[in-house]
Amino acid sequence: MALQSLDIKRRSATTTPSPQARETLEVAKLIDVSACIGCKACQAACMEWNDIREEVGTNVGVYDNPNDLTAHQWTVMRFDEVETDDGGLEWLIRKDGCMHCEDPGCLKACPSPGAIIQYSNGIVDFHEENCIGCGYCITGCPFNVPRISKQDGKAYKCTLCSDRVAVGQAPACAKVCPTGAIQFGSKEKMKEYAETRITDLKERGYDNAGLYDPAGVGGTHVMYVLHHADKPALYHNLPKDPTISPTVSLWKGITKPLAMAALGAAALGSLFHYVMKGPNEVSKELEDEMEREDERLRALEKEDAK
Amino acid sequence: MIRNPRDIQRYNASERANHWVVGICFILLALSGLAFFHPAFFPLTQLFGSPTWTRILHPYIGVVMAVFFLIMALRFARLNYIAQRDIEWLKRVGEMVNGDDHNMPEQGKYNGGQKMLFWGLVLGMSLITITGVLMWRSWITVPVGVIRVASVVHAAAAVFMIGLIIMHVYAAIWTKGTIRAMLYGTVTRAWAKQHHRAWYRQVTGDKR
Ligand code: HEM
Ligand code: SF4
Ligand code: SF4
Ligand code: SF4
Repeated sequence: MALQSLDIKRRSATTTPSPQARETLEVAKLIDVSACIGCKACQAACMEWNDIREEVGTNVGVYDNPNDLTAHQWTVMRFDEVETDDGGLEWLIRKDGCMHCEDPGCLKACPSPGAIIQYSNGIVDFHEENCIGCGYCITGCPFNVPRISKQDGKAYKCTLCSDRVAVGQAPACAKVCPTGAIQFGSKEKMKEYAETRITDLKERGYDNAGLYDPAGVGGTHVMYVLHHADKPALYHNLPKDPTISPTVSLWKGITKPLAMAALGAAALGSLFHYVMKGPNEVSKELEDEMEREDERLRALEKEDAK
Repeated sequence: MIRNPRDIQRYNASERANHWVVGICFILLALSGLAFFHPAFFPLTQLFGSPTWTRILHPYIGVVMAVFFLIMALRFARLNYIAQRDIEWLKRVGEMVNGDDHNMPEQGKYNGGQKMLFWGLVLGMSLITITGVLMWRSWITVPVGVIRVASVVHAAAAVFMIGLIIMHVYAAIWTKGTIRAMLYGTVTRAWAKQHHRAWYRQVTGDKR
């Protein structure tokens, strides 16, 4: 790739290494849930920048709009009303979307070469022109993020605005956030910044404030600052310890080359069995016996004809 | 070649057609499925028009195969009940593989190995059909945990059955005079007497 900012370090369904000589800075988006006011400016900015519009749906009694991620809605604000132990109410708002996992389950599951790629800056991107629409990425994702479009049968999700990041711009959602709840920069910088936010939250009485950068998926390139980092499930079922499901690892792991070797051995074994043992033919003895019987019947027939 | 009028009928035309529909579907499914199974096989998608066409077609071919396999299995099931002599045969299968069938126990229309293959395929086909439908996102939506298990089972069942079919096809090639049974429907009397003597006696009335 000509642009270093678009160097690809991992590619779906590809068994040889991708170019690795150049080292790119790892980036991350930090979403400070405690600073989010739920204005949805980020959602609007995402639609604007990427030119995607979900059809107007129906209200199901919550603020989430639309109700779920779709192929045309790559980020959704999730609103949760949580009762605290002392009888108070907390309104928790989480910006949902792709986490840009360092070890992406979607990429691991995808059977189509180059349909899912990971840039060396850590962003996980779908290249829809290579997508076959099988939905394996949905099966592989621990965060239930990718969606297949009803329009074209391809999978879509947040790109972390890879096109903007490639030219040194922050993602549209980060650019537009009025409270600074969405920050973007090098992963290292974002972790440092998160520390200051966590210290602040702890001073304000949120003893369990912390960073959500789950190690089970190798860390993520979208991280959250949570006031209740001990209970991520409060935030619309954010998984506490996400990993690529063991079932998916079994499906996509070492079992595949082993299975292929077994089938190859069966085919080659058959060939060599034939070559070494020879065909299983009808014995000469039986053939002659049947031949004699045929002759006898033929002779009888002739006699009858006379 | 003029075939001997005394040859024995093993499959009628409808049974043969049924078998070939299943066989053709199976080969198409194995080729298209393997394309998704491992990147090394991805180029097989070109046989079906494009990678996306391969993804679209595979499950529909699967449904056709499932229907015809069910019909075929119902037709052949009774002939595949396992009997004592099949177990005897299976115990001595090593001798057979080694190329010496002189001491093998007498077999009916199907030998113990063929019967095991039949029931193996019944199991594999059931698993692969159920899991394949569960994975079919164009039509079916089930919880992701179910799809994950279905995906593993589908892939495992596919490998299991492709392995069985490699053995099945090889056995037909190895045993000379067998393939014609599925092409013209008949086998020679000598073939029948050598490989399936009990069946030979039953259909010819020959006591020897
Ligand atoms: C009723 C029968 C079947 C149905 C409905 C079915 C359906 C599916 C579906 C939906 C997929 C996911 C890819 C796609 O969307 O096209 C798939 C994958 C696959 N199928 Fe089937 N299938 C059937 C029978 C078979 C058979 C008979 C074989 C093998 C001989 C087979 C081998 C495979 C393989 C190897 C994969 C890829 C699995 C992986 O990615 O690990 N399928 N099948
Ligand atoms: S959150 Fe899901 S879609 Fe996003 S990178 Fe991780 S596995 Fe892939
Ligand atoms: S739907 Fe597309 S991106 Fe998702 S796994 Fe299939 S080919 Fe890959
Ligand atoms: S990073 Fe870009 S694509 Fe992703 S949610 Fe923000 S605006 Fe949308």
